[in-house]
Amino acid sequence: MMNIQVLGTGCANCKNTVKLFEEVARVRGVTIQLAKVEEIKDIMKFGVMSTPGVVIDGKVVHAGGVPTREKVEQWLAGA
Amino acid sequence: MAFLVLAAMLWFSAYETLIPLSETLVAVLPVDRASHLGGALQFFFYDTPKVLLLLTGIVFVMGVVHTFVSPERTRAMLSGKRLGVGNVMSASLGIVTPFCSCSAVPLFIGFLQAGVPLGVTFSFLISAPMVNEVALALLLGMFGWKVAALYLVLGLAVAIAAGVVIGKLGMEDHLEDWVRDMQYSQATSVGDVSALHWGERIDSGVSHVRSIVGKVWPYIIAGIALGAGIHGYVPEDFMASITGKDAPWWSVPAAIAIGVPIYANAAGIIPIVEALMDKGAALGTVLAFMMSVIALSAPEMIILRKVLKPRLIATFAGVVALGILLVGYVFNAVL
Repeated sequence: MMNIQVLGTGCANCKNTVKLFEEVARVRGVTIQLAKVEEIKDIMKFGVMSTPGVVIDGKVVHAGGVPTREKVEQWLAGA
Repeated sequence: MAFLVLAAMLWFSAYETLIPLSETLVAVLPVDRASHLGGALQFFFYDTPKVLLLLTGIVFVMGVVHTFVSPERTRAMLSGKRLGVGNVMSASLGIVTPFCSCSAVPLFIGFLQAGVPLGVTFSFLISAPMVNEVALALLLGMFGWKVAALYLVLGLAVAIAAGVVIGKLGMEDHLEDWVRDMQYSQATSVGDVSALHWGERIDSGVSHVRSIVGKVWPYIIAGIALGAGIHGYVPEDFMASITGKDAPWWSVPAAIAIGVPIYANAAGIIPIVEALMDKGAALGTVLAFMMSVIALSAPEMIILRKVLKPRLIATFAGVVALGILLVGYVFNAVL
């Protein structure tokens, strides 16, 4: 199962990113493990400077904004 | 490219029809043009589309510019720069680097991690929210290019000077301990911005417009409506006596103090500011108020508290407030 972490301090864009993942996962029928990382210390451990960031299976794949739907589709296609 | 040319042409022709259109609209309504209500309505019908047009244009351009400058790239440019030159660079880069106040803290730590000096980091952190495209577009739309340019130059000056002062004070010890421990850990960078082609850059401009203009337009309309109300009704001497040229010396610090607890974006505040000036408030006092609302806010201080010890926060707020105070006095004295 794919482990996805959304990095963000709780701003609107971070919530939108989480929602986008939930939606795409539901539409595609894949099960993912989705977690929010809101503590700044933990976010910084990933070396991400601009939030929201996306971490898949421990690897940072995106930072600095809500990812596009196509990107999320691509990531989940590999699940 | 064809899209850009077409959009630019549409934009200019729309801009040219604003005055006649607003007059026509008022003429159609059963209201006397010379009355208070007529004046207020014309102001509203002219200002709202004008400001929205300017905002859309400038925000689009900035959305495209953002595809060339990522926070990672800015950080790489600033890494290891000395105080002075570094501050000038970081304040200027603060204008063009995509920045959202919710990522101020990760950005702050990320800069320090990469060896950007504390004072240089602060210059960025002050300039990025204060001198932003929304504030500049609104100032341009409502007061003309001179005031917009002054705001730009003085905002940069405050950011640069405050950063240099904080750097000189050597307050690295007043970072929270976990931040200092993190300073020399490995920083990774994500995504290369240079690989985009023009279609994607234009898309980025469009989505920037959608997210920013889509979010701030209700504030702008509410602000202009409020402004139009003041424009038509509040007597001129009323504001001038409180905030005008001959107002007491304490009007500038008072304006700054009022600004701190107010947490508004540039869009919400500028229309009110315009109406105040229209009624004879002094430019310096008004600009100081605006800078204070945007650059010094209570919620931001609370977020920064997670990484800064109280003394450094107090210094930061004090130095920035002092800079804004000087801007206010200088303006009132010169103009």
